[in-house]
Amino acid sequence: MSTLVNGLCLGGIYALIALGYTMVYGIAKMLNFAHGDIIMIGAYAIISTLSLTGNTLAAIIAAIIICTLLGVLTERLAYRPLRGASPLAVLITAIGVSYLLQSIAQLIFGAQSITVEIGSLNAVNVLGVSIPVSSLITLALCVVIMTALTLFITKTKLGCAMLAVSEDRAAAQLMGINTNMIITLTFAIGSALAAFASTFYLMQIPSATPTLGSMPGIKAFTAAVIGGIGSIPGAMIGGILLGVIEKFALSVPALAPYTTAIEFGLLIIILLVKPTGLLGKKRREKV
Amino acid sequence: MSLLTVENLEVCYGLIRAIKGVSFHVDEGEIVSLIGANGAGKTTIMHAVCNLIPKAAGTVSFMGNDITETAAHKLVPMGIAQVPEGRRIFQELTVAENLRLGAYTRSDKKEIEETREKMYERFPILKERAKQIAGTLSGGEQQMLAMSRALMSHPKLLLLDEPSMGLSPLYVNIIFDMIKQVNAEGTTVLLVEQNAKKALAIADRAYVLEIGKIARTGTGAELLADDSIRRAYLGD
Repeated sequence: MSTLVNGLCLGGIYALIALGYTMVYGIAKMLNFAHGDIIMIGAYAIISTLSLTGNTLAAIIAAIIICTLLGVLTERLAYRPLRGASPLAVLITAIGVSYLLQSIAQLIFGAQSITVEIGSLNAVNVLGVSIPVSSLITLALCVVIMTALTLFITKTKLGCAMLAVSEDRAAAQLMGINTNMIITLTFAIGSALAAFASTFYLMQIPSATPTLGSMPGIKAFTAAVIGGIGSIPGAMIGGILLGVIEKFALSVPALAPYTTAIEFGLLIIILLVKPTGLLGKKRREKV
Repeated sequence: MSLLTVENLEVCYGLIRAIKGVSFHVDEGEIVSLIGANGAGKTTIMHAVCNLIPKAAGTVSFMGNDITETAAHKLVPMGIAQVPEGRRIFQELTVAENLRLGAYTRSDKKEIEETREKMYERFPILKERAKQIAGTLSGGEQQMLAMSRALMSHPKLLLLDEPSMGLSPLYVNIIFDMIKQVNAEGTTVLLVEQNAKKALAIADRAYVLEIGKIARTGTGAELLADDSIRRAYLGD
């Protein structure tokens, strides 16, 4: 039971990050490998604001603002000039941005890990099982955020425009949709979700290093691919699936050392059976 | 009054000059057809006019405003709507969502609703399928949807790129009837077609495009009666 809650909780974090990958892939048609590092910057933003103000809420808000601005800024400065360039050039640029962000963080905060205390990390008894409050908060907020995002995408005009841009950018332009604005918006949303992920990450593991974003980034990317890259519900399902599997594998002593291998093994198996991921659609080539 | 004026348009794909200085104009209220063989450059012209691809040279003006460099999405609120080749409806969205996106640049909810009702009246099948994913429609229904979607923006000028492509003769007739009707209601039409016979029959004026250049121009009736045109494009 507590393993399941912990798994769902970790899965929620993976899902939030995976949403950033999948939305940017779906709409800008690029893999933003610097996405994990946005989480890292978010974590440092929280730690710095917390040490300055001592206010957790202010720290979270600061992280959301900084991550969103950073996401929009990297898109404007690094990716937009490459629109229409070969996908490989964009991919390498994204890796470059990733290293740049890590180096900047290392210059400012040093390579050593900085620890932080976020809120109270008590545990409560639910049905006779002790579960940390932070896990419950994470779980509840993940559900709220994902519901809000789903409603935004499916019920609003802007959300509909995002789906249109994702399916056919030129046709979307012919509808009068400013595709650059939609791409910027996508980066902003993805990065804001990453800021939430950094908050929840610090609630689980209260320390930060300049490479903090790499592993959750790769895991979440795996989750996005498992769910079917470009698919929003796919990212949610993939993230939660991966989180639960990770926690269950860790809870069995015989499997624990092989946790990461199991996760990536799952990716390989799913891609062998269904190359587009669980909910991914085969894109028909346009004639 | 000239609504759309294209002057000395040139478009290059790499080193190849695909459009070699094309000039034409569309007057208010007209149906103007641009006919030509496969690969003559018809679709390229459509894309260049709407700035979906860059121009190498030339100017485009709409209602006296220079729109040579105007971003594609800004042309819709000015009054230009294009139905692209191959329809390009949003396959994964519903029929109703496709129509709603057609009115993306309008904000008057009530009038949008009225326009949509008009589209549904014209093509009741779209109303029946409003909640259906657009990709499940037949080719002819998709063309109806694509044209209705373009009209949702209340365009002054409708650009149609190969609307009859891949359709059964029944649907071709429906689509051409719709073009006439839309034009009669006051929308100016620029039509690009391979089906030269139909395109000339419906057109006030027409241009014949041959490998990136305008080879002939005249009224639809003149060109339809012309022997060389009949041999080259109408299979007589």
